[in-house]
This record gives sequence, structure tokens and C-alpha cells, in this order.
Amino acid sequence: MLDIKGLKVKLEEEDKQILKGVDLHVEAGKVHAIMGPNGSGKSTLSYVLSGREGYEVTEGSASLLGEDILDMEPEERAAAGLFLAFQYPVEIPGVGNMTFLRTALNSQRKARGQEEISSADFLKLIREKAKNLQIEPEMLKRAVNVGFSGGEKKRNEILQMAVLEPKMCILDETDSGLDVDAMKLVSDGVNALRDEGRGFLVITHYQRLLNHIKPDVVHIMSDGRIVKTGGPELALEVEENGYGDILNEVA
Amino acid sequence: MAKAAIKQQKAEATEARLAGLTLPESGAWAREAREAALERVRSMGLPHRRDEYWKFTDPTSLTAEEPPQASVFETGEPPLFDGVDRLKVVFVDGVFDPEASDDLSLEGIEIERLSEAMAKDIHWVRDLYGKIEGASHEKVDRPLAAFNTAFATDGVVIRVTGKPSKPVSLVYLHKSERSDAILHHCVKVEEGAELTILENGPAAARFSKGLEVDVADTGAFHLVRAQGRDHERRAVTGTFARLGRESTFKTFTLTVNGVMTRNEAYVELTGDEAVCHIAGACLGDGRDFHHDATVFVTHDAVNCESRQVFKNVLRNGATGVFQGKILVKQGAQKTDGYQISQSLLLDDDSTFQAKPELEIYADDVACSHGSTSGAIDADALYYLRARGMAKAEAENLLTLAFVAEALEEIENEAYAEELRERLAGWLERRRDRAAG
Ligand SMILES: Nc1ncnc2c1ncn2[C@@H]1O[C@H](COP(=O)(O)OP(=O)(O)OP(=O)(O)O)[C@@H](O)[C@H]1O
Ligand SMILES: [Mg+2]
Repeated sequence: MLDIKGLKVKLEEEDKQILKGVDLHVEAGKVHAIMGPNGSGKSTLSYVLSGREGYEVTEGSASLLGEDILDMEPEERAAAGLFLAFQYPVEIPGVGNMTFLRTALNSQRKARGQEEISSADFLKLIREKAKNLQIEPEMLKRAVNVGFSGGEKKRNEILQMAVLEPKMCILDETDSGLDVDAMKLVSDGVNALRDEGRGFLVITHYQRLLNHIKPDVVHIMSDGRIVKTGGPELALEVEENGYGDILNEVA
Repeated sequence: MAKAAIKQQKAEATEARLAGLTLPESGAWAREAREAALERVRSMGLPHRRDEYWKFTDPTSLTAEEPPQASVFETGEPPLFDGVDRLKVVFVDGVFDPEASDDLSLEGIEIERLSEAMAKDIHWVRDLYGKIEGASHEKVDRPLAAFNTAFATDGVVIRVTGKPSKPVSLVYLHKSERSDAILHHCVKVEEGAELTILENGPAAARFSKGLEVDVADTGAFHLVRAQGRDHERRAVTGTFARLGRESTFKTFTLTVNGVMTRNEAYVELTGDEAVCHIAGACLGDGRDFHHDATVFVTHDAVNCESRQVFKNVLRNGATGVFQGKILVKQGAQKTDGYQISQSLLLDDDSTFQAKPELEIYADDVACSHGSTSGAIDADALYYLRARGMAKAEAENLLTLAFVAEALEEIENEAYAEELRERLAGWLERRRDRAAG
């Protein structure tokens, strides 16, 4: 599904290397988790994959379903099936949540040569998905993320994911800022999307989320590299002992 | 240049411009009003680039003897407000067209042509024509408005006595490349009465318009206008209003294209608890585009509210200007005054100049103003693209969102939606052009 090989990335504006050779392979149907200390490059990896400006790939490659994505525009990556649930969802005053989602969905459909969804079908679709995530209809009418609480913003990300049905979902700290109930809702939302043809990359600091979304593989990222890969037990180890032992061990 | 030299230069230029002109024929009171206005023009002098409120806008093409040629633009779109049930009043190159207009009768208003009203010895409009304009020069000279009052050749005068079932729609057609139109309308809204005026069209190669509105206690007046898409047209307009107790006055102006637009507004809130909203959106593309909104709101009563909301979208070297002032007179306590002017600059070549001013002589007031200009928010753009929207599409969505705040000032949602669709169309055409 997602193949990252020797990916090295620096900032465009300054001479600062952030990713120092990342290798990662997420298979269809699997959930991979990435943990790692603050500033180790987890969000940077997600931004580079989704096409944010400001980064320069100096080496390596990344492909989605065999297609090189690094030369694509962000919207082309989205149409190809990549989705990033943002660590910090952006507020967009003046753009209604519904309009935003419908435009996004139709853009992707157009790009894939599919027909646009009718207003009635869209309404039905979004109502159903919103209900599952316990998102009030009133929130759909508001401007994108404007005045949303931290938890509402995260739920809104998952709503977008549910509506857009991407093939490769990257979730960047979707659990931070969620209360216990919301964590359960969001996890249910993610689990509902788990299937044979879909891959997940879940960035998190806490084992708690991984109790709900059971990962197949857990990676530890440090200083721009994946330094250790293992099974779910690796997350438990981090939870108990922190990163100290692991990082010492690989150093 | 020394002040005296400028004064001399202005006086000479003004006399030269006036030399070839004669006041239009009219009855006794109207003649007096025109002569008084002409006197105001002489004493102020026509605008000069060195005048305080003409620093950002070059008045030359507005004061020149001949209007620069402006070709007629066929938009290929149905005219605005076509689907609205309305009383249509059509002017072609500044001349009333009775054939194209509806029968001038509507329950709740008395409406007639300015020239007819002016020919009469006694007429209610005598107390309004040139009166609010005449009072507007106290702090700022508005010679082009006085010029309009002196030389207006046509227009309508409307007395609103009730709540008419439909709006009056002024349609301005531009058919001649050299037309130079001068219209002046007067509206008197009687106590508790209400009127909406819709205005659209480029009117002429060069268009001078005056509108004086007197809103009595508890009356309401709404104006929604679009200035026409002819690329080469020029316009200088003045909107003058006086508001009585608990009255409402709301205007919205949409300007797309046109090489030169100067829209002045002057509103006096003279009755307690009056409400005044003046809003506008302009979309300009290209080095030739120049748009100037110059607004002056005077609070002279207690508990009044005023809002000025202006949004400019500028690209390819277009220029936008906003000069907005709130004057709160002594004793105008509990004034709630708000002013915002913002520009979205879609490239580095475009410019926006803002001159926001507050002058306050009362101590218990809440007044605020702000002005911003900047590019499209990069984070928002990335977010939309990451969800699948093409760059141009995302830019258009963000641009519309930017303008939305001004459109929201329009009370009637159907009119707001119609303008919003036109804006979307304008953006879309530009997107296609940029892509192709
Ligand atoms: N645009 C930027 N300008 C300067 N430094 C940057 C920029 N983007 C990333 N960095 C730096 O790169 C490093 C990695 O940041 P990144 O956000 O990817 O970390 P992270 O692993 O997601 O951390 P966290 O767990 O705190 O979210 C940090 O040191 C950060 O300060
Ligand atoms: Mg991060």
C-alpha cells in the first residue's frame, strides 16, 4: 500500500535535516502505529507524504499503490487515496463544513473520472456518518473547524475520512485532546473503516488509543529515523518505561 | 507645490471645466438649488491630486471635459435581478427610457422623473434636492457631488409612504462608447415606511450619480447595487443619507471590473437608535482597475449603530482604496461604531490603500476599526488541497469565503445569493482563463 524508502527531508528555508532516512512499508489491511519523542519527525513525515510546501526531499522515495507520490500535487495524492487526519486541523472562516466536504468529495470523484454525487445523496451520506460520530447537524453548518473544541476538530477529521473513504489513512495524534468517550467514538470510526483494501498509519503518544485501534505493527521514530519496529507489545513497553531504554538499546 | 499655487491651479481648472457648461433647464426652486450647488463647486474647486481625500485616486478622468471612451461589454449573462418581482426603471446612457421601464406606479410610493419634479413650482423634493449633499462638505470637500447636483439631467424622485410590495429596480444600460451620464435621485422615506432599491448596470462610459435619502423616524431604506461589468467604464457616485429616530439604512455595493470607481457615502445619524450599515465588495483584475470607497458616517444622536464592512479582492496589479471615517459628535453617547476594510491580494502586484479614521467627541462610546491586507492563507489552501480540491478551486472557495462577510450585510438573502453566484462566476471565468 504505502512504501517509503530511505526518505530524507530537509526544510526548504533553512539547512535543517528532519527526516534522515525513513523506511516504512504499510500493507493493505494493516494498521501500523508510529510512536516517538516530541520533535522526532512524525508530523513532518505525514506532511511530506500529503504534499505540504516547505520541505525538500533530498533522497529516497514514497509510493502509494505502486505510484510515486512525491511529485504529485496534494490534491492528486488525495485523489489517489491518501488521507491525513491533521494533528492541528485548520480553521477556515466563511467556508461551511458541508460545502467543504461536498466540494472535496466531488473533486476527488471528478479526478478519478467518477460522477459527482447528488446533493440529496450527499446529504444522506453525511448525516449517517455524522450520526455515527455523534456530530451534531449544527456543527456541519458551521464554518470548517471555526470555534470547534479540540475534540470536535478531531472528530471532524474522522468524519472527513469516513466520507472520503481513502485507501491510505494517516492519523496524526488524532487521540490528543479527546475525552474518554470521544476516544471510543473516534476509534470505532476508524475500526469501521478497517478492511482488506485499506492501510492505516497511526501516529500517537499513548498506548490508550492502541487499546481501541489494535495495531499490527508498531514503529518507534527518533531523530528522523525509524529506530525500532515490533508488535503491539512495543507500545506497552513505551507506556511503561518511556523511550529511554529503547533509544539506548539502538544507540 | 505651494498651497497657494495649488489653489490657483484648482481654481483655473475648475473655471475651465465649467466654462463650457450651462445649467440644465428647470423651474424656479430647482434653478436655485442648481445655482447653489454650482457655487459650492466653485468655492471648493474640482478635486486635485493633492487634496486630502484624493491622494490615492487620480480624479483626472472624472473631471475631464470629455469622458474617455469605454466600449460596451456584452456579458452574455442574463441581467442581474431579472427574476425579481420589481418596478423597473431603465436609463440608457443616463436617459430615462419609458418604453423599457415599467409604469411608474406602485402602491406605497410616489415616483416620478426628476426633470418633471424640477419643472414644478412646488414639490416636496425641493426640501431634499442638494440638501444632504450640501451639508456633507462640513468636514470633507465633495466637489464632484456638488457638480452632480448642479448638472444632473435625469433621475427619479421617490416618496415612500408605505411598504411597497416590491423593490424599485434602477437599471442602467450603457450603449454609447462616449456617453457621459449625470443622474441624481432623491428618496424620502416617511415615518414607518420602507423601501428597497436595486441598482445595476454600468450606466455610461462615465457615470456620475447622486443619491439623497432622507429616512424619517422608524423608516427603513435598503440599497443593493452592482456597478456593471464593462471593463472601461468610469463611475463617481455619492450616496447621502440622513437618518431619523429608530430608522434603518443599509447599502451594499458590488463592483467588478471598470477602470475607475469612486463611491462616496455620507450618512448622518440624527435620530436616536438609528442603524446604518454600509458594505461593499470589489473584485478587480488588472493594472487598469481602480476602486475607491470613501465613507463618512456622522453620529449625532444617542444609541445609534453604524457598520462599515468592505472587502476587496485584487489581482494582476489592481488597486483598491478605502477611506472610512466615523465622526461621533458631542453628546452622541452609546454610539456603537464599527468599521472593517480588508483586501485579499492575489499577487504581489496588487495594492490596497486604507485610511481609517475615528473622530470622537463623546465619552461613552464603543468604536472600533480595522484594516488588513494579505494573501490567501497558505495553511487553509493546503488543507483544502489535501482534501482533494484543485489549487484554483480551493483558491476560489477561500476567496468567496473572504467576500462572504460583506455579502452577509445584505438583509435579503435572495439578493445576497444572486450576487454570490455572480461572484462565483467571475472567479470561475478567471480560473479558466488562468488555466487555459
Ligand atoms: N517549518 C519548520 N520550521 C522549523 N522547524 C521545523 C519545521 N517543521 C518541523 N520542524 C522541526 O522538525 C522537527 C520535527 O518536527 P515534527 O513536528 O515532525 O515532530 P513530531 O515528531 O511530530 O513531534 P510531536 O510529537 O511534538 O508532534 C522538530 O524539531 C521541529 O521543530
Ligand atoms: Mg507531531
